[in-house]
Amino acid sequence: MARYEIFVTYKTGIFDPPGATAERALANLGYEGVESVQIGKFIRLAGDVDLAQVTEMCEKLLANPVIEDFRIETVEE
Amino acid sequence: MRFGVVIFPGSNCEQDVIHAARYLGFDAEFVWHGDTDLSGYDAVVLPGGFSYGDYIRCGAVARFSLVMNEVVRFAEKGGPVLGICNGFQILTEAHLLPGALLRNQGLKFICKPVNLRVDGSCDWLDLPLGSVLEVPINHNEGNFTCDAETLERLNDNGQVIVRYCEADGSSAEGGSAPNGAIDDIAGICNERGNVFGLMPHPERVVDPISGGTDGQPFFTTIVRTLAEVAG
Repeated sequence: MARYEIFVTYKTGIFDPPGATAERALANLGYEGVESVQIGKFIRLAGDVDLAQVTEMCEKLLANPVIEDFRIETVEE
Repeated sequence: MRFGVVIFPGSNCEQDVIHAARYLGFDAEFVWHGDTDLSGYDAVVLPGGFSYGDYIRCGAVARFSLVMNEVVRFAEKGGPVLGICNGFQILTEAHLLPGALLRNQGLKFICKPVNLRVDGSCDWLDLPLGSVLEVPINHNEGNFTCDAETLERLNDNGQVIVRYCEADGSSAEGGSAPNGAIDDIAGICNERGNVFGLMPHPERVVDPISGGTDGQPFFTTIVRTLAEVAG
């Protein structure tokens, strides 16, 4: 069985409302050094599927290519 | 003339749409998300709600329900399709409309009447440009976005049908969209003009008992359009 970790984030230039809010909240808490915060999704997927299939799953369902980028990492056993 | 109103698991505005259509004297029936036959309908409405719990992304799962294959086919043949709120999100996920709906700027769920300016016309709405309508919104993910190229195309083709505006129809400096939508966009249609999606809820201002009638043209226009096509 293969294990994958998938990171889904907004494409550059797409406004990230939760990230922008976290950024302001951190500044309010006194963390002045924070330059940017991006909030995305983290997905763990396991099964008898290969990387090409997982890529297709991301393109079809797990991410929306119109607004999101995804990165797939294969987890070594 | 018969409207088909699709029910997905988690839809919650289908009764409102049915009531609006019937109030105006039109025939309207529910369509189940597992149905595969739309031949008995002249126009299809994807109502608001939280289809499949809005999991993954709003509309991302509903887009793959059985009925959506038929909705895509219906739309490709020129059949009129209207997506309201969650229905609009489903239409973008299904690539029947461009762009995507992000979380509202400010992260607040917004439920209030807003002003809309008519900036274009399609099969579903054909009012004088500049008309101002008051229609309620009720959403958490209504922040329309698209890339610069798509935005230019939408504007050049006149596909932006309604924009958020001030009460006098003007656009506020810094935007009038309560949700941060790009270019104040509230609703767009496809190039052909038969598929229309918007975040506000016209079906809630059809019967005057609910506080307004500005939603009536959305239903009466498509009926007129279809009558003209039929000759």
